[in-house]
Amino acid sequence: MASIELRNIRKAFGAVEVIKGVDLEVRKGEFMVFVGPSGCGKSTLLRLISGLEDITSGEMLFDGKVVNALAPSKRGIAMVFQSYALYPHMTVYENMAFGLTLEKGHAKEEIQQRVERAADMLQIRQYLDRLPKQLSGGQRQRVAIGRAITRDPKVFLFDEPLSNLDAALRVATRIEIAKLHESMDHVTMIYVTHDQVEAMTLADRICVLRDGLVEQVGTPMELYENPNSVFVAGFIGSPKMNFISGDKAKAYNAETVGIRGEHITIVPDGGKWSGTVIHTENLGADSYVYLEMGTEEPVVVRLDGANDYKSGDTVHIAPMEDKIHRFDGAGKPIR
Amino acid sequence: MGATFDLWKITKTTLFYALVVVIVVVSVFPFYYAILTSFKQGTDIFRITYWPVSFSLENYQSVLSQGSFPRNLLNSIFIASVTVILALFLAVTAAFALSRVRFRGRGFLLMVILGVSMFPQIAVLSGLFELIRALGIYNTPWALVFSYTIFTLPFTVWVLTTFMRDLPIEIEEAAIVDGASPWVIITKVFMPLMWPALVTTGLLAFIGAWNEFLFALTFTSSNDTRTVPVAIALLSGGSQYEIPWGIIMAASVIVTVPLVALVLIFQRKIVSGLTAGGVKG
Repeated sequence: MASIELRNIRKAFGAVEVIKGVDLEVRKGEFMVFVGPSGCGKSTLLRLISGLEDITSGEMLFDGKVVNALAPSKRGIAMVFQSYALYPHMTVYENMAFGLTLEKGHAKEEIQQRVERAADMLQIRQYLDRLPKQLSGGQRQRVAIGRAITRDPKVFLFDEPLSNLDAALRVATRIEIAKLHESMDHVTMIYVTHDQVEAMTLADRICVLRDGLVEQVGTPMELYENPNSVFVAGFIGSPKMNFISGDKAKAYNAETVGIRGEHITIVPDGGKWSGTVIHTENLGADSYVYLEMGTEEPVVVRLDGANDYKSGDTVHIAPMEDKIHRFDGAGKPIR
Repeated sequence: MGATFDLWKITKTTLFYALVVVIVVVSVFPFYYAILTSFKQGTDIFRITYWPVSFSLENYQSVLSQGSFPRNLLNSIFIASVTVILALFLAVTAAFALSRVRFRGRGFLLMVILGVSMFPQIAVLSGLFELIRALGIYNTPWALVFSYTIFTLPFTVWVLTTFMRDLPIEIEEAAIVDGASPWVIITKVFMPLMWPALVTTGLLAFIGAWNEFLFALTFTSSNDTRTVPVAIALLSGGSQYEIPWGIIMAASVIVTVPLVALVLIFQRKIVSGLTAGGVKG
């Protein structure tokens, strides 16, 4: 169990500053997700917390103690890498036991017990004698998670652990990670992803990063309902929030207004706005209608069930007035 | 049409195998003739035959019983083995630094290492001789271990550095998170993954040390400290004007056998070692 505090953390590679002063507190036992577009510094921030990269300036505290100069293994962390990073020449058992055998003072029986307990949790006990190359991608990722569990860490770090898995396996493993967090509620977890669905489904709190700075920190629903900027509004939620500027926004006394696809209804006539259907997507349970109405990107309307709008149809739409987000010229919300 | 096509195909196949035969004959014939000669005796040696006509082990008996040849053989084994162990130890640790530790002048250092290996042996002979005299290891096996290690290291370091650079960085980071020190990472994580490269470079270093002549001739002066290449060259017959071809050939065969055995044992590893590093598996 550990709380982590970052105080004005900066990281530069040569002349390039990647992390530009991050203040953040991760609470004990929390599942924190770092999310952002590629190059925003989320992985670097995770590596700074792990100790694999040195901090250029600022202070990093674990449970109130400065750990800036502490080696990764002394911080009580375990890390799961995107590429699994299993030791190819060791069996699954040896992979999972490696960290414990390096630490002094663990009896053989104790190591075996801990490895087997972790293997049971992840249902990989029958693979303990195999080599990583004899396992599938999903099994390998479980071994990597198992290796981390075996070390009984205070902080669990995930660096895009699902990126190498196919779509179906990704969902299954995502659920397993969520279960893991429930069963290990004393362990602080930090998870890096560029996929906002993973962020929304797993996180207790999400930290949205942009260009090496924290854009907003909050629970998934906070970010969804009260985004702190146009960037967060556009990043969280799928499909993306619709942004409308110009005269239509002026009517709301804003530079830009944002409205999510599920907060727009199609009305027979007399709606607030109208547009031309350019594309439709039917997913069965819901469907998306893309409208051309003079905005930068087409406006997406989400409908329940299937729809039979055709390209070229003109439709009238009405936004739910209380769900409209207003932003000023700097991209900040007007409340 | 079909017939001419077949004819062309047969010609092509024939030409291909003819070429193979030529290459095999050219490369194998000298060894074959050496083995053939080593089993001959007396004046038979000077009669040119291409098939075994007589068989005698007398040459082998005399080379192993006369003079200090067995001692020379032991010298060679000792020097080549120690050179390999020393060179691999230094090269693995150097390769770790050169491929994984970021420091100023790393690229320059690599180029210097490569540059060193371009000097011909004869150019550094006198300097090396002074060095060996100053260290007080002249006419000992260590003089040869020292000089061979110097000459084998650039190649070994280069091959291992390129190989190590291709090992995924995440594996090293996982080991760091697991609490492994650089030494543990090298011995427990990297070395097992580098066996093909280690075997290949080690074997080449062994062959180099085993066959080396110029240093061995210069840095040793007594029969008991010589290695086999020099010993063979200095084998003398009954008189100054007689060259004991039979014994020389027998000695050569004895010297070659360990190398052939080593190459055969590690054959598969060598092949994968020479290709590994080029393409990521």
